[in-house]
Amino acid sequence: MPTLANYLIASGLLFAVGLGGVMLRRSIIVIFMSLEMMLSAANLSLVAFSRYGLINGHQNYDAQILVFFIITVAAAEVAVGLAIIVSLYRARQTTHVEDLDTLKF
Amino acid sequence: MHLSLIAWITLIVPLVAAALILLVTRTNKPLAAGLAILSSLLVFIGAWILFLGHTDADYLGFNWIDLGKNFSIPFGLAIEPLSRTMLVIVASIAPLVFIFSLGYMKDEEGYWRYFAGLALFLFSMLGIVMADNLVMIYIFWELVGVSSYILIGHYFRKDSAADAAKQAFLVNRIGDFGFMLGILFIWLATHSITFSAINSSASNLSNLGLAIGVVLIFCGTVGKSAQFPLHVWLPNSMEGPTPVSSLLHAATMVAAGVYLLTRIFPLLAASPDASEIVVWIGAITALGAGFLAIGQDDIKGILAYSTISQLGYMVAGAGLAVSAALPMFHLFTHAFFKCLLFLSAGSVILGMHHEQNIWKMGGLKNKMPLTFLAYMAGMLALSGCPGLSGSFSKDLIMAHAWEHHQAIFWVLVAGAALTPFYMARQASVVFFGSPRSEHAKHAHESPLVMVLPLFLLALPAIGAGWPFFKHIFFPETIGTLEEPDHLPHFVELIFLGAFVLGIALAFALYRNPAKDPLRIPLLTNRFYIDAIYDWAVANIQGGFARVCSFFDRWFINGILVQGSASAIWFLGFCLRFLQVGNLQAYAFFFGAGVLGLIYVLFTVH
Amino acid sequence: MLTAAFWFFATLMIAFGVSVVLLRNPISCAMCLVMSFIALAALFITLDATFIGIIQILVYAGAVMVLFLFIIMLLDLRTEESRRLNVGATVGGVLVVSGFITFLVKVVTSDPSFAQKLPPLANPQIPDVKLIGMTLFHTFWLPFEVIGALLLVATVGVIVLSKKSLR
Repeated sequence: MPTLANYLIASGLLFAVGLGGVMLRRSIIVIFMSLEMMLSAANLSLVAFSRYGLINGHQNYDAQILVFFIITVAAAEVAVGLAIIVSLYRARQTTHVEDLDTLKF
Repeated sequence: MHLSLIAWITLIVPLVAAALILLVTRTNKPLAAGLAILSSLLVFIGAWILFLGHTDADYLGFNWIDLGKNFSIPFGLAIEPLSRTMLVIVASIAPLVFIFSLGYMKDEEGYWRYFAGLALFLFSMLGIVMADNLVMIYIFWELVGVSSYILIGHYFRKDSAADAAKQAFLVNRIGDFGFMLGILFIWLATHSITFSAINSSASNLSNLGLAIGVVLIFCGTVGKSAQFPLHVWLPNSMEGPTPVSSLLHAATMVAAGVYLLTRIFPLLAASPDASEIVVWIGAITALGAGFLAIGQDDIKGILAYSTISQLGYMVAGAGLAVSAALPMFHLFTHAFFKCLLFLSAGSVILGMHHEQNIWKMGGLKNKMPLTFLAYMAGMLALSGCPGLSGSFSKDLIMAHAWEHHQAIFWVLVAGAALTPFYMARQASVVFFGSPRSEHAKHAHESPLVMVLPLFLLALPAIGAGWPFFKHIFFPETIGTLEEPDHLPHFVELIFLGAFVLGIALAFALYRNPAKDPLRIPLLTNRFYIDAIYDWAVANIQGGFARVCSFFDRWFINGILVQGSASAIWFLGFCLRFLQVGNLQAYAFFFGAGVLGLIYVLFTVH
Repeated sequence: MLTAAFWFFATLMIAFGVSVVLLRNPISCAMCLVMSFIALAALFITLDATFIGIIQILVYAGAVMVLFLFIIMLLDLRTEESRRLNVGATVGGVLVVSGFITFLVKVVTSDPSFAQKLPPLANPQIPDVKLIGMTLFHTFWLPFEVIGALLLVATVGVIVLSKKSLR
């Protein structure tokens, strides 16, 4: 029987992998994908808490509603973010993060 | 009507009149004068009602500052015998001066300014008279200074008038600084500031504390009543219009200093050291100003120094610490005859088309007979002619001086000999002899609106010292006004002799001269005191100001203000280098920060 | 059986996640991410959150990742060229990630209430779609409407952003 700790560690590891992707990869698209991975990890831990925290045998569905909203917002965010990346590519002809450094001192 | 309401109305009416004049009557001359005169008449009625009401009370208005049992400043009116008498003096003279101004200032510019200033002054003076605590009297003290500034500087386009106004205010401020220290000192010692409380706690203070407190408060008197060494402003204040000189700088404002001394008389009487200082400063002023009056050529200048000298008499009378009524009696008689003298000088000046040098006058007793008569009444009263008011009060002071302090007695007697000398000098040069200039030849009598106040003032100038009035206005509760016991008869002869000697000498020297036979540089240059003060202010104060400026520019501005700003700027400059523009560097900082936060939360919990 | 399912799918999810970070070709990364999401959806199902699991596959794997693939193909991204390795950044990233994992394990194992086994549901027969629907439309109907407005705004924003500027 998996315990709550198991699910939380799984979610945390997925989050750590996403964080590593954001910090170590150089392509904007892959960074964005790792960001989505981090969001999904948060969803997993929310659902785990919802399932393990029963009151009189009934789940509190508020956490799952929150997951629903997170997925929706993530979808909207991906759409807008990719539109921005497309515009950026059209302007700079590159998706390499180290080339996008004009906002410095 | 309840007496407290009358007291408050008496205080507030001149302020309301001043405000109305300021707001409403810029171009309407009669309205401005009418409002001011109406307010002074209302004050006159209110003051006499309060005087004749014979009710002593302390009308608390409100607690201005109330920070607990040890620190509360009330705002109230004290109606007691002393303040009632002073109230009557101020309220009786003010309407006469206001009516006189109608004639004197008829063609002057700034009519409304003048009357607004007079109304404001009346309000402030009433505040001083009726205040029941030291802080309130200080507030109105400063207000009186402000009104004096406004009125002395009435002809502000003249440099000398503007400078005189400034000098009056600043020199008064010097005295007021000591006054404020005195108030703080008394409050620290007795934890109260109302006169009734501090006067009853005179025995609780140590000798040194009492002396220091009284001397500090006396500094206010030295400034306001133009005692030596802060007397330099009063002669210059003659730049103001003559009715102002008569009301403020002769009868009432300068007497406020003496009034303050009598208000704290129990403290003064309980401290022999302080009384000694007070009486000597008064005596020195009385004699020194008497000498300086001899060297003056301006008709108002002589009267100014005479005022300083008589104020010295009052202060000396207070310093003798015999009774609070002694200086107040001389204040009472002096107010009437000095105001009369100034107003008649104003009448002369107007008749001479604003010529003030006595060596351009002469023979005016024929051209301006009514003024001459009024003037003579005042002059004889001032000189101490037996039977007139001045002699009663001045001789009483000197008699008590003989009784308690012989050295002071001889100084005062010398002053009493000088007084008739310079007054007779003035009288003979201005009124007797033959005219010395065109203006004098064509001088004419002043209109009725100016002559009537003169005569109304001449009556108390002659009779205010008579025993009947003495007992009405100075009941025993203020203090005793009896002659000292065992006064040898030759003392009274000394007084008479001083009077006769002064007049005779003056008439001998000044029988129709063309110019002044007595030209003493020391006197005409005012003992060079003014020059010394000028030098001191320019060099000592100027040097100190330069030091402060250096400190301010380099330390406070350079190090503290700009230094701290530069430090912040430098910090920001260094932090700027964190903005590297690399997205993943930002992500790294973000992640590291979150880790640190988790660590802190985890270890703290 | 639940345990086996959990371990299998969890391992799958983490493995595909790591390969997203390590692979060079963006298309390969996207595909690995799709697989990771499917494993995640299976985990949701093991937690009795069937609705959320299906939504995860439909929306995330079906719409979001498809959008990603479209963009990768639009921009015609090839395997990214390997540049000189930035040692400092790499070390920093690895440090942060390992620090995070350490903290995670410490926190999760420190609290005994996390060690509870799967508690039984009162009535497992009712499909949770109905229950989620009731919660959504009874308690959370206002955020629901706001989310609708948000999606509208996002759509309009995307259209505006991706226009070529009209000169």
